[in-house]
Amino acid sequence: MSTPADYLPIAMMFVVASGFVLFTIFVTHLLGPRRKTEVKLEPFECGIESQENARMPFSIKYFLVAILFVLFDVEIIFMYPWAVNFKDMGMFGFVEMLIFLSLFLVGFTYIIRRGALKWE
Amino acid sequence: MALFLEFVIAGLLCIGLFAILGLVLVLMERKVSAYMQIRLGPNRVGPKGALQTLADTLKLLSKEGLTPRGADRFLFNLAPFVAMIGTMLLLAPIPFAKGFQLWDINIGVLYISAVSSLAVISILLAGWASNNKYSLLGAMRSGAQIVSYELSAGLSIIAIVVLTGSLSISDIIASQADGWWIFKGHLPVWIAFVTFIIAVTAETNRAPFDLAEAESELTAGFHTEYSGMKFALFFLAEYINIFIVCAIGAILFFGGWMPFHIGNWEGFNRIMDYIPSSVWFFGKTFFLIFVIMWFRWTFPRLRIDQLLNLEWKYLLPISMVNVLLITLVAILGWHF
Amino acid sequence: MTLPIFYILAMLSVFCALMVVVARKPVHSVLYLIACFFTIAGHYLMLNAQFLFAVHIIVYAGAIMVLFLFVIMLLNLNLESEPRKSVIARVAAVSTAGLLFLVLLAAVKSAEPVILDTSASGVGLVRHVGLKLYNEYMMPFEVSALLFLTAMVGAVKLGRKEATHS
Repeated sequence: MSTPADYLPIAMMFVVASGFVLFTIFVTHLLGPRRKTEVKLEPFECGIESQENARMPFSIKYFLVAILFVLFDVEIIFMYPWAVNFKDMGMFGFVEMLIFLSLFLVGFTYIIRRGALKWE
Repeated sequence: MALFLEFVIAGLLCIGLFAILGLVLVLMERKVSAYMQIRLGPNRVGPKGALQTLADTLKLLSKEGLTPRGADRFLFNLAPFVAMIGTMLLLAPIPFAKGFQLWDINIGVLYISAVSSLAVISILLAGWASNNKYSLLGAMRSGAQIVSYELSAGLSIIAIVVLTGSLSISDIIASQADGWWIFKGHLPVWIAFVTFIIAVTAETNRAPFDLAEAESELTAGFHTEYSGMKFALFFLAEYINIFIVCAIGAILFFGGWMPFHIGNWEGFNRIMDYIPSSVWFFGKTFFLIFVIMWFRWTFPRLRIDQLLNLEWKYLLPISMVNVLLITLVAILGWHF
Repeated sequence: MTLPIFYILAMLSVFCALMVVVARKPVHSVLYLIACFFTIAGHYLMLNAQFLFAVHIIVYAGAIMVLFLFVIMLLNLNLESEPRKSVIARVAAVSTAGLLFLVLLAAVKSAEPVILDTSASGVGLVRHVGLKLYNEYMMPFEVSALLFLTAMVGAVKLGRKEATHS
């Protein structure tokens, strides 16, 4: 049995981690020089003068990958409680997951067949 | 009060471990690549160059950390912070030796996959905040890559959870007292192990999957604009991440600190127990780290479409079917 | 012990949620939303719902927020290019949100508080969640797979359409 108090170490780790990061940033702030010149602050583009804003739109494929990731991630989440319990459920649990996963595999073949992940 | 003292000691130990691991791993990377390319590697600072990374750290510490013009100041400074904290939170549930675990929870591996899914946020933030085309491109590639490979890494973890029936790391290690899963589990576990290693290599942005920071095309990827200690934090987090994923691989497939045991051969197991458990843990972990460093000098870099194809067309369906296969093995009791 | 932690967490969640709306840059909003999700994950922990805690971080903070960041970067929502909303739209938005707030307030006020000792029963542990989900709620679980299937089809369709445009 576990209780919320077991999670105190996360809070401690968090404090330690932020302390460490803040400390190093502080030290480097003390030690490091501060000379800001116009050229130095320019975004690095191999010496060529930079053109317009860097935040430009790009390929929708990245978005598609992200959306598919969310779907499959949720599928994996569903598998965690199942993996912990399936020994008690035996063959029944296996068939249950088989149906679930095969539905996912149908969707998966659809994605591949439609060429959704093909890059031009 | 005693609890508070314990926290302070554990916290200081963690930071110490963190610093030492970072120094050792960077040195190891440079030495391994040097030997693979038949050169000497760093050999000036300290005995055989052992203090080289310490000198580098001091140099980075005394450098100017500048924020480029047009960058989103808040997010730009926050990104290395997030990367570092995510990595440090991952260290908490890892057992370094028998009974030497900072934090043993009953959702251990679930916690690990939860916290490691946050790494991508820091990379996307860094890339977006820098106001640099290379950074943004690197971050997008890296984001797509990390999230994709997280899927098969998660499925490999589930494969072992199926065999163990528990999410707690100490239970997973205890279940390997009569042999590591890599030996007990036969073919399905080997498949899970191979997918796991490929997935974590990609997740930590290592070569051959390092196109997020492909030097020849993107200078340094998402951290192009970072300098000084902010860069060092990203760098350190990256190396500690390698250590963590290898430690998790060692825990899941090679029994963590569990010595090499064969079934119930009492005598043999007794002899193996004489080797300290920390030696077993670090030996296995550093072996896996070495394998990942070896990849870097063996395989050429993939293109982004090849990389995503490898995951979505091969690794993901294979690991999904593999989980079912492992379930069958576990139900029918085909493992030892 | 738990009450002050609850209040701190609740205050943080409300603050982050407000900042999501108030922040001028969309990426900042996403960041505050992530922080908000973390505080809500903290609430789950306080209720000893460990599974939900982990899932909340993985799915919301890890997966959906990455999707949001991608969308924002995709749409190129810069501060300069964002259109200003007209006065009528603002008034309409404020009044509808205010009315919704009133309705919610009324609903919460008339609700009877149920005090459930979640830590003792261990309802939220992974094992118990699994037992419930895969026995009692088997049907919804399988149907959810169909839902995912439709979502996949929709995503593929969306991606295709955009690809032909450009």
